[in-house]
Amino acid sequence: MHDVGKSFYGVSVLSNVDIDVYPGEVHAVVGENGAGKSTLMKIASGVHQPDSGSLRIAGEPVVLHNPREAQAAGVGIIHQEFNLLPERTVAENVFLGREPTRRGLVDRRAMRARTAELLASVGAETVRPTDRVGQLGVAQQQVVEIVKALSLDARILIMDEPTAALADHEVELLYALVRRLQARGIGILYVSHRLAEVFDLSSRITVLKDGRRVVTVDTADATPEALVRHMVGRELASYYPPKAGAPGAALVTLAGAGNGRLRPIDLELRSGEVLGVGGLQGSGRSALARALFGVESFTAGQMTLDGKPVRPRSPRQAVRAGIAYVTEDRKGEGLALSQSVLDNALLASRAATPRWFGGGARTTSVRALLAAVEVHAAGVDQEVRYLSGGNQQKVVLARWLAMAPRVLLFDEPTRGIDVGAKAAIHELIRDLADKGAAVLMISSELPELLGMSDRIVVMRDGALAGELPGDASEEAVLSLATGTPHEVPA
Amino acid sequence: MTVEAPTGPAALGQSRRGRWGAGSIAPVVVILVLLLVAVGIRQPDFYDPPALLAFLKRAAPLIILAAGQYFVIVAGDFDLSVGSLVTAEVVIAARLIDGDPGATWPVVALVLGFGLLVGLVNGLVTTLLLVPSFITTLGMYLILVGAVYTWTGGSPRGALSEEFRMLGRRGIEGVPWLGEIPYAVLILLVLAGLAILAMRSDFGKVLLAVGDNPRAARLAGGRVAGVRTIAFVVSGGCAAVAAILLGGFGGVSFQVGAGLEFTAITAVVLGGVVLGGGRGSVVGAMLGALTLQTLLTLLNLLGVAGALASAVQGLIILAAVAIGGLRART
Amino acid sequence: MTTLTARRPRIDSTNGVWLALGMTLIIGGILVATDGGSLFGQNSTVSLLQRAAGLGIVAVGQTFAILAGSLDLSVAYVISLTSLIAAETMAGSDGRVLPAILAVVAVSGAIGLVNGLLITKLRINAFIATLGVGLLIKGYLEQGYAGPAGSVPVSFQHLGYDRVGPVPVAFLLFIGVAAVAWVVINRSRFGHHLIATGGDLDVARLSGVRTDWVLIRTHVICSLCAGIAGLYLASRLGAGAPRVGAEGGYDLESIAAVVLGGTVLAGGKGGVAGTVGGVLLLAVIDGIFNQLAVDPFFKQVVRGVVIVAAVAIYAMRLRRKVVRKAAA
Repeated sequence: MHDVGKSFYGVSVLSNVDIDVYPGEVHAVVGENGAGKSTLMKIASGVHQPDSGSLRIAGEPVVLHNPREAQAAGVGIIHQEFNLLPERTVAENVFLGREPTRRGLVDRRAMRARTAELLASVGAETVRPTDRVGQLGVAQQQVVEIVKALSLDARILIMDEPTAALADHEVELLYALVRRLQARGIGILYVSHRLAEVFDLSSRITVLKDGRRVVTVDTADATPEALVRHMVGRELASYYPPKAGAPGAALVTLAGAGNGRLRPIDLELRSGEVLGVGGLQGSGRSALARALFGVESFTAGQMTLDGKPVRPRSPRQAVRAGIAYVTEDRKGEGLALSQSVLDNALLASRAATPRWFGGGARTTSVRALLAAVEVHAAGVDQEVRYLSGGNQQKVVLARWLAMAPRVLLFDEPTRGIDVGAKAAIHELIRDLADKGAAVLMISSELPELLGMSDRIVVMRDGALAGELPGDASEEAVLSLATGTPHEVPA
Repeated sequence: MTVEAPTGPAALGQSRRGRWGAGSIAPVVVILVLLLVAVGIRQPDFYDPPALLAFLKRAAPLIILAAGQYFVIVAGDFDLSVGSLVTAEVVIAARLIDGDPGATWPVVALVLGFGLLVGLVNGLVTTLLLVPSFITTLGMYLILVGAVYTWTGGSPRGALSEEFRMLGRRGIEGVPWLGEIPYAVLILLVLAGLAILAMRSDFGKVLLAVGDNPRAARLAGGRVAGVRTIAFVVSGGCAAVAAILLGGFGGVSFQVGAGLEFTAITAVVLGGVVLGGGRGSVVGAMLGALTLQTLLTLLNLLGVAGALASAVQGLIILAAVAIGGLRART
Repeated sequence: MTTLTARRPRIDSTNGVWLALGMTLIIGGILVATDGGSLFGQNSTVSLLQRAAGLGIVAVGQTFAILAGSLDLSVAYVISLTSLIAAETMAGSDGRVLPAILAVVAVSGAIGLVNGLLITKLRINAFIATLGVGLLIKGYLEQGYAGPAGSVPVSFQHLGYDRVGPVPVAFLLFIGVAAVAWVVINRSRFGHHLIATGGDLDVARLSGVRTDWVLIRTHVICSLCAGIAGLYLASRLGAGAPRVGAEGGYDLESIAAVVLGGTVLAGGKGGVAGTVGGVLLLAVIDGIFNQLAVDPFFKQVVRGVVIVAAVAIYAMRLRRKVVRKAAA
């Protein structure tokens, strides 16, 4: 890929990026969230088309209009979310759309045999072609995705955060698989947050930041420290609101609280404090927030609110206890997209504390809140789906402000939000803390995590990996999150 | 990184879609006005108040059924049991009253209670046992039909009292200018008012949100199962009221409710309500029912007997929904 | 890969219906025997299988539609229409049987094509599209026919009345249709694409399946099956009947039979074997009640309960599986 640029709706997310992969090479792409990795991968796999620049495969210039064309050109991609049918067998999934036939019927024997060969070729004999995909573990499903790509004779394989959903022992198997693919001459673009992996697997590393390529280095010449500096070093420091002086009393305490996804956790949320939660995706950050909010409740340990034991078993109970949760999946579970701005902002008030009379006053105050958080919309009756991400998030905020919660849980509060709205949301969050709320903020963006938090906990594998002060370094957070022993520079 | 949805072009399309697309009542209003004009040309005295009231009286049961069905559909479900419920209610009432005027009001209460109960069962089976509402209410349909036949031994027995039939047939007489105001129209107005109020209330707004995105409604603190169940109860109650009215001017037979579930769903969809939930208004649903009734009246006037009427009905529905769908896409 | 799940024989929605069928046969057989009758007597078996045939053929077609994530509410009217087309084209003459069959195939196929196009090209919800098409046909039928019309020659009535041993020819036809359907669904590329389309439209599309085309073909097949059922009913009745489909409740009952057989209403899971089981289960329940001389209408109640209970059990098993998976 040469000189690739891409902008969405006037916002440039990728500019003049060059990247190349040789046969049999693992080329790692690292960078923070928002650095442009996903966009680059989507261009390479035909999901998006570049605004500028060009793609060449084996020297031939190609234009990929859609994923089908990318497949035909030999580019396979393994998404974080699998494109598999859980009710069908491995073989049926691998050959979906290209089933071999014999005398007009699907040649199931050939399909199974070919799938078995492919599985064997990647050393995954434990997966059987006749297994139903839904019964397989995540790692095995990933193998199926890889085999599906191989069955298309992929010469270039893009792996997007392949270890995000895997347990430790499964990662080893993935490593082995990647090395086998490499040995077969397949070029691999390996996108990851986890530096340890990158150093284990890749021969070259490209660092992206803010949509630009910072550097491409041979892995042999690189050190984790240098990479982290490339990833995080930024020219202009963003503005963050001033932090709290002294935090107040503990509002929420967890003692040994855990569930199926969380190991026992001890934690305090303090009044007036923004507690940042760092960690990789799948490290249990969201599970923690969701357990606090009663979505998937704690099943063990103690949780207290204001010194009284509580254990919300549903979001409704949590809301009524004064807890609010801003989900990371705004469109999937945050908003009712066909409803108006006003109705979405009123949703929590109406759903958790319904009334037959006196709704008018509430509506007036929510209108005022929408104005106060500066939602830009054609009007409060506009369907919320037509708002920008930033304005949508402000609508969600207004919804919770109306409930005057004392505990706020933010999961990636500024994901997919432009810079201007981001600063506004940061100020709103800080303002809430200043008024005495206890705030928990999950963020994958290190500058945000460090800029906003008074205190930081980092999660790894469903447990707290450690606690850091609000002025910790990005390196410190990364090393706790990835579990790489790392000297914190004094 | 997330890529945001395009804001520019979609925002432009929004105003048009808001007025004409899925969920809007504008198309059904246009169709209704055209049909009313056509009816007026064909039968000039249609607009005399008594004739108009008589027309509304005939339309009342379907409008009430459509209003009930709306609550279920907008929450993302179906209620296929209403037709058989109407039949069951009429047959039950006839047998229990058996011509005895004294039994009228207790039986009316029983009919209403039974309707609500059927709705409650539909709702609980759907939300607690996770049976798709299509199947739940289909099962209920089979159960009600079978139970009524079994209970009566194959043919309706008994008779409705005159007091019972009065609700569907008669009205307040001697009103100046208007002539007779049918009770059915009064009941319709009260229920329509209640339905509109309910949809403007917190319950109604949460119901819409549940149909639109149940996960968001839950995370906002809503009782998703409870709200959906109430929708079924409303539908059952509306079916009971419709049965009382239909029993009045129809008569007792096993055919009284046949096919009404589909007619009601058709009316709701014609009124711009989207199957799958979250879009459309109860006013639209009721106008859809009125439109359907006007269409049948017009076809009648034009001498298209009941026969071809359903063909025209089918055509209009397909056209209305297709146009709505195409508009939503562009 | 140590997390590999142990493979137990799965009793799930697709084979659960056969288990239920077996148990119903045993319990029903005992009940009927203590009552002094016999569930497996020649007469009762014949009428049981006879009844199963008509619904069964329609349900096989409906299985295609539901597997693809769609459904067809027009089948009842297609049955009535095709019974009339068959009987009127034959008009009692032996020589016109073949043209009549061809006409039925053409008309029912065309109706399926219209259904498919409405759903895929005009993006009309399948419920509304097929309901609307059903109303159109209903209007035509009511306009044109007051009662039975046409007549089928005696030769064609063999289909409705002959039998091989205790097994009616019509039932063999049903099994034949089901067998072909089984091959198509499980062994053809189209069948694989059909299930993928119903399972996840986006995954199917991303894998290169032309989902619109799949849905159109699905609806043609579904309508063709209704046409075959129409032929059978014409043969059985000796004439075409404008209300035979609607009065038989073939639209909703065929959906019920499919779902009873374990095919998920949302599509993507299930199969024709389950549908055969579902149809037989409904027929056996009918047979038992007939033999016990229970009020004939009460069986309708039992049907309703059985269908809802079956789906509730499937849903509960599914939920337990999800919970187990989440905990793992």
